Amino acid sequence: MRPNHCLAALVILCASATSASAIDVAPAGAAACSGCHPASRAVETPFTRLTGRPAAEIVTAMQEFRGGQRPATVMDRIAKGFSDDEIKAIATWYARQKD
Amino acid sequence: MTQQHVNRRDFLKRTAASAAAVTLAAPAIAQNTDGRVVVVGGGFAGASCARALKRIDPKISVTLVEASHTFTACPFSNAVIAGLRDLKQQQFDYKKLEGPINVTFEPATRVDTDARTVIIGDAARLPYDRLVLAPGIDIRWDGLPGYDEAAAARMPHAWRAGEQTLLLRKQLEAMDDGGLVVISAPANPFRCPPGPYERASLIAHYLKTRKPKSKLIILDAKDAFSKQGLFLAAWKELYPELIEWVPLSKGGRVTAVDPKSNTLTTEFGSHKAAVANVIPPQKAARIAEAAGVADKTGWCPIDPVTFESKLAPNIHVIGDACIAGGMPKSAFAGNSQAKGCAAALAKLLNGEKPDEPKLINTCYSLVSPDYGISVAGVYTPVNGQWTDVKGAGGVSPAKAPRSDRALEANFANGWFKTITEEAFG
Ligand SMILES: Cc1cc2nc3c(=O)[nH]c(=O)nc-3n(C[C@H](O)[C@H](O)[C@H](O)COP(=O)(O)OP(=O)(O)OC[C@H]3O[C@@H](n4cnc5c(N)ncnc54)[C@H](O)[C@@H]3O)c2cc1C
Ligand code: HEC
Repeated sequence: MRPNHCLAALVILCASATSASAIDVAPAGAAACSGCHPASRAVETPFTRLTGRPAAEIVTAMQEFRGGQRPATVMDRIAKGFSDDEIKAIATWYARQKD
Repeated sequence: MTQQHVNRRDFLKRTAASAAAVTLAAPAIAQNTDGRVVVVGGGFAGASCARALKRIDPKISVTLVEASHTFTACPFSNAVIAGLRDLKQQQFDYKKLEGPINVTFEPATRVDTDARTVIIGDAARLPYDRLVLAPGIDIRWDGLPGYDEAAAARMPHAWRAGEQTLLLRKQLEAMDDGGLVVISAPANPFRCPPGPYERASLIAHYLKTRKPKSKLIILDAKDAFSKQGLFLAAWKELYPELIEWVPLSKGGRVTAVDPKSNTLTTEFGSHKAAVANVIPPQKAARIAEAAGVADKTGWCPIDPVTFESKLAPNIHVIGDACIAGGMPKSAFAGNSQAKGCAAALAKLLNGEKPDEPKLINTCYSLVSPDYGISVAGVYTPVNGQWTDVKGAGGVSPAKAPRSDRALEANFANGWFKTITEEAFG
């Protein structure tokens, strides 16, 4: 029993040492969007959902909010806090999330 | 043999976890969890964090310790005070969290930092690899002469929602038309910087519709407040002559209160109120002090990337209790911090380096049921402190059509639904 356990432990250790990351952590800023845009389907709010949306859609919207080309009550103020790279990472991550 | 085996596993766990304190841990081995996290406090910050941890890494064992079976939310409680909403709409339970998360309904009383255990109730001990404290605030009962727990039964603070919220509402309902309502607002920092002014607005809305001869005075320990320009302009438009704001420099700071005569004393004089709402100075809730993570200010200094306490290893503090630099003490910020902290914890427990985080805050306030305004911010760690990203954030535009204010009021309502769904739904 005991030798087996140690062997198993060793295997786990090696496996996780070689893989890039064991967990899918949202890129900087992405988790905060769901303070308004609900992650859950169970709630009716005036905010759209971002989960599973094409990345290009989110990127375009964010860039237009930032540049002032798209009317906004609050998104202009939020989008200005993110660089192109950050927006791309957030959009790609949301596009990858499944419902 | 069995005993020896357990000891060996324990030893392995400890080695892995104590290495995490210094550098980064190897994944917890020879067990089927990625580590044990205990979260104390199931409010906006704590409940969101417990859930986010499970979402990011289901193999982390998560225990939530919460003193009460029912959570009563402060956001929108000003609408309850103004008779626009029922207290029931503020209340949530933990049924949807139970299962994946072990929820224990008892107050945490102490933390043994050496043994890495939380003591709950009288004696039960909960071991942790990482502890998250999200206990919110306590009133500083020594912070304002005359204001103790007995005084709060006569002059409610209503700054922790529940009975206090209903008491203030009842007092307003019982008041004669023509009565004087006095709100005393504290110096920074305190829970919800725009809160006293949203409250003044919604009480004014109630008075205007129900008791139009009445008046409201805000006695303030500050010379400036959150969304000040927007509030002052809206008061002029919606409640002319009804609200008077007395700043610090005009003698606004309340130095003592007398519950017997319902009087508030300032450096310049005294005000006898029909209804007195005393918002007293605050501090991190007492478990923070008991755990040794609160400093002389009463709040908890943290590392912004991981929210780990600067005063004790393996303890992370989020929500109102922590010192989050430019981030205000809000439910939105607490929820945002909770998800950031969960991501950092998942990385640490998996032996990885936490990413450089970015957080958002937005506080909506209602000046009337269909008049909303907001302040937003985006934050990153700079020199060990959460700091506003320059060029981003700020308040709603000063000049905006009423239709935009109505949109923001609608978004405010939506925000409450989203955030409570994420934490409790
Ligand atoms: C009038 C008012 C209006 C507000 N409006 C808004 C708003 O519009 N938007 C916004 O973003 N914020 C608003 N806020 C602020 C918001 O309520 C707080 O910032 C938020 O609740 C902080 O979350 P938290 O998790 O840190 O603390 P809390 O939500 O207070 O949760 C703390 C939890 O910890 C538990 N606890 C404490 N000690 C222990 C212990 N020892 N053991 C076990 N459990 C314990 C408590 O029972 C509680 O459930 C408002 C506040 C007020 C007063
Ligand atoms: C404070 C609430 C709030 C937060 C936080 C927030 N949004 Fe928004 N978002 C809105 C609102 C409100 C709108 C509608 C436009 C407006 O009024 O500003 C919107 C619109 C959008 C849109 C366009 C509508 C759509 O779905 O195509 C996108 C894309 C978007 N937000 C992405 C984001 C991303 C990405 C984040 C996080 C970085 C984020 N939002 C954070 C409130 C928020």
